[in-house]
Order: sequence, then C-alpha cells, then structure tokens
Amino acid sequence: MSVGTGAGGDAGTGGGSGLGRIGVVTFPGSLDDRDAQRAIRLAGGEPVALWHRDKDIRQVDAVVLPGGFSYGDYLRCGAIARFSPVMGTVVEQARLGMPVLGICNGFQVLCESHLLPGALTRNDHLHFVCRDQRLRIENANTAWTGDYTEGQEITVPLKNNEGGFVASEHTLDALEAEGRVVLRYVGRNPNGSRRDIAGITNEAGNVVGLMPHPEHAVEALTGPTTEGLGFFTSALKSLVAAS
Amino acid sequence: MSERSERTVMHSLDTVKHAEQTPDTQLPWAELGLKEDEYGRIREILGRRPTGAELAMYSVMWSEHCSYKSSKVHLKQFSEKAPQSDAMLVGIGEQAGVVDVGQGYAVTFKVESHNHPSYVEPHQGAATGIGGIVRDIIAMGARPVAVMDPLRFGAADHPDTRRVLPGVVSGIGGYGNCLGLPNIGGEVVFDSCYQGNPLVNALCVGVMRHEDIHLAKASGTGNKVVLYGARTGGDGIGGASILASETFDDTKPSKRPAVQVGDPFQEKLLIECTLEAFQERLVVGIQDLGAAGLSCATSELASNGSGGMRVELDSVPLRDSSLSPEEILMSESQERMCAVVEPEKVERFLAICEKWDVTATVIGEVTDGDRLGIFWHGEQIVDVPPRTVAHDGPVLQRPYARPDWQDALQADDPARLPRPADGDELRAAVLALVGSPNQADKSWITDQYDRYVLGDTVLAQPEDGGMIRIDAETGLGVALATDGNGRYAKLDPYAGAQLALAESYRNVATTGARPLAVTDCLNFGSPEDPAAMWQFAEACRGLADACRTLGTPVTGGNVSLYNQTGDVAVHPTPVVGVLGVIDDVARRTPMAFADEGHLVYLLGDTREELGGSAWSQVAHGHLGGRPPAVDLERERLLGEVLVAASRDGMADAAHDLSDGGLIQALTESCLKGGRGARIVVPDGMDPFVFLFSESQGRALVAIPRSEEVRFNDMCGARGLPATRIGVVDGDAVEVQGQFTIPLAELRRTHERTIPELLA
Repeated sequence: MSVGTGAGGDAGTGGGSGLGRIGVVTFPGSLDDRDAQRAIRLAGGEPVALWHRDKDIRQVDAVVLPGGFSYGDYLRCGAIARFSPVMGTVVEQARLGMPVLGICNGFQVLCESHLLPGALTRNDHLHFVCRDQRLRIENANTAWTGDYTEGQEITVPLKNNEGGFVASEHTLDALEAEGRVVLRYVGRNPNGSRRDIAGITNEAGNVVGLMPHPEHAVEALTGPTTEGLGFFTSALKSLVAAS
Repeated sequence: MSERSERTVMHSLDTVKHAEQTPDTQLPWAELGLKEDEYGRIREILGRRPTGAELAMYSVMWSEHCSYKSSKVHLKQFSEKAPQSDAMLVGIGEQAGVVDVGQGYAVTFKVESHNHPSYVEPHQGAATGIGGIVRDIIAMGARPVAVMDPLRFGAADHPDTRRVLPGVVSGIGGYGNCLGLPNIGGEVVFDSCYQGNPLVNALCVGVMRHEDIHLAKASGTGNKVVLYGARTGGDGIGGASILASETFDDTKPSKRPAVQVGDPFQEKLLIECTLEAFQERLVVGIQDLGAAGLSCATSELASNGSGGMRVELDSVPLRDSSLSPEEILMSESQERMCAVVEPEKVERFLAICEKWDVTATVIGEVTDGDRLGIFWHGEQIVDVPPRTVAHDGPVLQRPYARPDWQDALQADDPARLPRPADGDELRAAVLALVGSPNQADKSWITDQYDRYVLGDTVLAQPEDGGMIRIDAETGLGVALATDGNGRYAKLDPYAGAQLALAESYRNVATTGARPLAVTDCLNFGSPEDPAAMWQFAEACRGLADACRTLGTPVTGGNVSLYNQTGDVAVHPTPVVGVLGVIDDVARRTPMAFADEGHLVYLLGDTREELGGSAWSQVAHGHLGGRPPAVDLERERLLGEVLVAASRDGMADAAHDLSDGGLIQALTESCLKGGRGARIVVPDGMDPFVFLFSESQGRALVAIPRSEEVRFNDMCGARGLPATRIGVVDGDAVEVQGQFTIPLAELRRTHERTIPELLA
C-alpha cells in the first residue's frame, strides 16, 4: 500500500525493460488506479502512472483507464474525462493499434470517446451494486483476453452504479455478428445490460471496455479469485507477439 | 440564523468597537441556543457584550455537540482509568487517537455520529457523516483506508424506515464509494425505539508512518493560515447548535436547511492534495472544518498553538456572496480544511492545491499574543481569547438518577416466557430467528458499498471484523469491529457498555487480530432528563472500567445526546469500535465453514441467559430481565486462544457468538461456506438454552481433524472450556434428535427478509 500521494504513488518511474510498460491514467476522481498498477505488476509488467493533464503518455506500450468517478461524474460518467489532454493521446494511439483497457469508469470514458460504441446507463434497479460476478469469455482473441479460452467462466468483482450497457439494436446485432462481445454476465444480470453484455471490443481487438473489475481478482487474499489476472498477462503477451 | 439576528447584521456591521459603544444592544443569544448564564459568562470573559460574530462563534462552540458540556465530567474517566499501553501515540483530545501497530506504522481511527441530520435528510446526512470522519483522519496525517457504519433504524416494517434507511444507505454508498474507501463492516439494527431518532454512526481508519503524525495547532508567528477545499456557502448554518443539540419537536420549523450537502469528488481531491502536501512536509498544523466550521477551526488551531491568530474573513472564497460574516463563521459547508504553513512554503502548498483543482486561499496568519482577531473589510469583528471559545466552554453537572422503572424492568425475567417444547417447535423458532430483520442477511444493504477498492481488503462484512492489509511485503494488517446492543444497555447500562466492548473485542480476536485500542460513539437521550443522564453516566463508568481490565484504552470518539423525540428516548446505545493488529493477514481466520469433515468446537460456557436476547424479541416482543453476565477475564482468555489458533494455523474458521446465540452463528458460518453441519446437544444441556442463550465469552471454531489434539491441548493448558459439538457435513443444519433444516431453506429464510421489506 502507498501511504503517500495519489497519482501513481505505487507506480514505477519508467526507464524499465522497454516492453511491458503499461500506463494507468489517473483522473482526479480515479479510485482503482493503484489496484490496476498492482495487477500489472503481479502480471509481470511495469506500471507507469499517467496524469490526466499530461498529453505525454511516457512511451508506454499499453494503457489502462481505471475505475472511479473521473471528475466526479456529475454530468454523465466519463463525459468530461474524454476531453482531458491525456485522452487526446490515448485515442490517437488506440487508433494506431495500442492496446487500451477501460475498466468500469474507463469503459464509460471509452464509449464517450467513441473508441467503443454504445453507452452505460443507470443500473435498472437504481442501486449501486458490489458483488462477485460470474462471467463468460466470449472472445479470447483480443489484446486483453488471449490468455483465456472462449466459453471459459470466471468470477471477478463487479461494482457500479451506471453499468447497464445500451446500444441500438443494429449496433448490438453488429457487435454479436462481428464477435465483438468479449464478456457476458452469467446468471443474474446485475444492471440491466442489453443481451447480458459485460464487455466489448473495437474492430481491431486492441481496445476493450468492461464493467467488472479484473484488477480486484488478482490475489487470493483480497479477491474472490485470481481469475482477473489473465487480462493483464494477455496484454503483456500480445505486446511481445507484436514486437 | 433567525430573522432578527439577520436584521442586526444587515443594517450595520457589528464591530468590536461598535459593541463597546453599544453595551445595551440586545443579541439573539437564546435563538442561537445559548442559556442565559452562558451568555453572561461570555460578557464576563470579554468585558463587554459580544459582537454578532463573536456570539455566533461562542454559540456553536459552546453547544452540546462541540463542547461536550453535559458529558465532559463523565468522559474524564476514559483518561483517568486508561490502562497503560505502549501502543498509544496520540491519546484522547486530538481529532482522532493514534495507535502504534508496529513496523513503523501508526493507525488512527474514530467513530462519530451523524444521527440528527440523517433523520431530517437521510441521504445527505449520512453522506456528510462519512465526509466528516474521513477529514478527521486525514487531519491526523493519515491516508484513510476503510470505513464502517454502525446503523440503527426504527422497526423494519415501519413506513418511515423505508424513507430513512434507503436514503442513509445510498448516502453512505454514494459518498464512500466515490472517495474510493472500502466499506468493511458495521451493523444494521432495527428497533422501534429508533423510529424518530435513527443512529447513523460512521467509523474511519487511516494509516501513516510514525513520523507523519500531524496535530491541529497553529504555532510559529508569521505562519500563514490557508483555507482550502470547497467554497463556503449557506449550508449547515448552526448544524451543531440547532440540530445536534436539541430534541426534535414537531411544533418548530423544519430543520432541513441546517443539514449540509456533500460533494464526495471535492473530498477525494482534498484527500489527495492534503496527503501530497504532508509528504512534502509543507504543513505545520492542520484542522478539518466540520461542526461549527471556521469558528471551530480557527479557535482550535489558535488555542492549541501559541494562541494568536489574525484572520481576514472577507478573503474566504464564497459560494454565495450575500453571506454575512456571522454566517461565514457558522457555515458547515463540507469538504473544507485549514492548514498552517510556513510563509516560504505557501507557494508550493498552493501549487499542489492547483494541481488537484482545489481552491486554496491564505486567510490569515499566526500572530504574537493570545488573541484571535477576525476582520471584515478592515474592521475588527472578533477579538477573543481562543481558548475561551474552543476549550473553556461550560461544564455542567447535570443531575442524574436511576429511573424508577429500572427495577421493574430487571424483574421482568424472560424465564416466564413460553419456550419451544419439542424439535418441531425448535425448528420453527430457528427459522423465525434467522429470518427476523435483525438476524437476517444484510447484503441488500452492504452490496451497495464498495468493499474491494484499494485492493487491501482481506475481510469485510458479514465477517466478524473487517481486515485491511497495511503492508503488502510483510502482511501486516489491522482488524476492526463495531458493536453495541441497546437492548442489553437498556436493561443495565453499566453492563451494556461493557458487553459492547466485549463483543467488539471478541469479534476482532475471532479474525485472528490482537485487540489494541477502542473508539466509542455514545448515543443517548436528552441530558436534561435525569434518567437518560444516569444511563449515560453508568455506560461511561462501565466502559472505562472494562477498558482498563482488557488493557484497551479509549483513543477518542464522540457523544451524541438528545436522541429523543418528545419524551421518548432511544435505548442507551454505546457503540464500541475495537482496533486490532495482525502480523500476517494470510493467517486471518474467516467465518465460513467451508470444509467437510472439520470439527465444530464451542469455546466458553453456556448458561441460561435470555434477558435482552434476540429470541425474546423475535418470539415475544419482550425486553426485560438482566443482560448476560460480563466476564472480561474470560473474554481476554478467549481472545488469546483465538489469536493463537490463527497464528498457529489450528482453526480454519471461527465465528463469534452474540445476539441470536449459537444457532445464529452456526447458520451464518454454514451459509457462508455453503456446507451443512451435524450438531449434538451436550449431555445435560437443555436444547433450547444451548441454541438460543446469549452467554458471553463464546465462539464457534472449525478445526481440521489433524489439529484436534493440538487445539484441545492448548485450550486445556490455558483453562478455556472447549466442547466438541459436531462436524461440518452435508447440506443441512441438523441438531441431532431435534430437527434438520436444509441449507437451501435456511438460506431462503435468511436472505429474503430485507429485500422484501426494503427493495
């Protein structure tokens, strides 16, 4: 644990191995940034703290947009964050193929940034929900899911207030047809997401957004399972493969 | 503020000079909650009539909520009787106590009430309760790492509970979740005595290195006073004096404007920028702005320092430019803090605030002398010795007397109540118990709180205690529990307070952590009622005595009086939080019976003790007799055994026995682990008493067969009774010769109650 400052107190300061440097963006209301950094480290990567006001993303190989309430989310989740200087660079690099993972609030930011289609709306039961959620991997070919197998079921924490994925029927059909639904809720749908969708990817498979929190399932002691670690090991392997 | 005082203010500025020239001007001291003799004392201290601004400051700082005027004489015992403890780094009196947990780490923790605001406006009341206690923890120099919420509501099926509870829960969740603090425990209790006065307590725990401890004092002439955080608005004016220091009364106007409004995002920024300033060693002294706002922060900072301070009130950034100086001094706008910074470090301090988009303004400086001077557009409106505002408030010797109904209540023994006579009736009684609102599963509530954020939560509700890892390298961690049984305390407030401590202590030990220190939130009725005051005095005496016996000092806490509507007071409800330390969180003991074949042991002695029990409430709506006997030496012994069993890997699971007795604990452990159990009633024991008695100093443990001999030897050597009562097995809870209940039926009964009532 870092008793020190917020913005990347835990993160390495760079100058590492070259490959496997994964940036974690801290917006002012980010909450799970330290957890994402820890997950990257446990997966064998090097976490690099990125600050929302900086355009410079410090030559990272991939980026995680962590959970939280960027800028308070009083307007619409992620609506302000997409205009931050760092997001300008992230969007640019994502379009060039850099792996980007948006978790929870990060997923909302990716949708607001139009890197992913659709939007996340208030949970249908109108309450915040925090629970251990069963999920099925529907696509094991993205930059973030290569270490899983298609159809594999995992359990990781889910916690959100605005987690209901919505998109037009046309978009939903296209996502299904193109295999871009990455994760689906198994059992009770926790937030009213259309077609039980928990996570999706872009056409290229480098950008993934999901509501559940794999970074909270990386240690047996603090998580329900360690089944979330695969997202981070997958990314590290995809970076090696791409080099 | 009343209309009359507003007129006084608007027409002309009431300066110190003006006050000297107009000694006969009438001030609205009564409307501000001051008593006549208190107003007289203020005149005496100042040697003149106070200005409007001075009156505003004294009125809030001398309110019950801020001055502890009724409770002080009793609270003294917590210091006077405090056990010697090497672990105490900062004791009572600071914003929160600080405890040494080893390896250079210190932990600060405190529980506070936000009862009255949460009844008036449940969501904001509860939210700002979290905000306030979190700022207390930051102000000590610590990074907050977790929160907990002990809650009491009226009857679960009362219509107003449907208004209050969802609002309180969404307020706690909405604020705590946005701050990124895991909510790791607490309590939810229903009882009609809380119908008009719900209790919303909030606990926060923070971690720091020893060298980072900060205190609230302004020293060093020339040092700057920086106000930072949210702008000051008109919200919460007089919250402490008007809301928290009077009973509710239908005939008075709505108190809703006295409730503050919270902005968790602003608080999150405040946490990060404060910790960054601490890390760069930019802060000499610091204080959060809570009850009584700037009045409290300036007078306490000055009073704890060398005494002199000059404040330019017109430099305070405002949300509403029409606020009068009195209102600015009294405003309880949330998410504000006040730091004392050396002049050459101010620029850097402001730069950090700017980085986090936090408004920061130099509003004054530390001066020579011992006067707090506050100026408004160049004219002096306050000139007071700060100590008289902050610390020399009135001290009352309120009359107290054992109520005349106490004997009758204690004589009304539950022995007379009809009991289940056979296995079928026992079975029905068990289902009624585990499905009753107080004993039912609370996940509909706790699932609205984030327990995972920060990634160091090792145990969270419904476990006996919450546990947080402090150091990932060494595994050092802390455990916390809060408990308080108002029914026991009503029957005997001295014993009730001790039982609250005993249960909390036991809960911490059950997780494998060694109990170290205590924080308390004392929720009682009106101090003007001698009966309520007697309950309070007895509870303080009981808690102080018990803390001494168990070697766990009270480090700080909070008193909430006036939890009363008309003549109806809440049950006396001392809520006790215990902090424990564990050297390696990997050794923690969870509550779930998860492994087939493990042996179930009952530790401790079971006697027929049903006074104040959950069974007597559920089956008969009864409250009478005496609470279970207190045996603190036994609690300590049980704690030692549980900690040793955890450290040496003898117990795979453990669960404390408290309200609802053995069958409630067994049900919870079985449901959590998804395994059944076969239980045998010990020879000579009445099955009903065995299952439902609430004798203290007991726990259930699950022991692997391979550890049985070693575990028995340890209990024998230490002299703790340990009885093998069964085995973890199958998919039902079976009490042999009495009844069998399939886990699925238990689960359905246990889990459906709260959603059906509240969802």
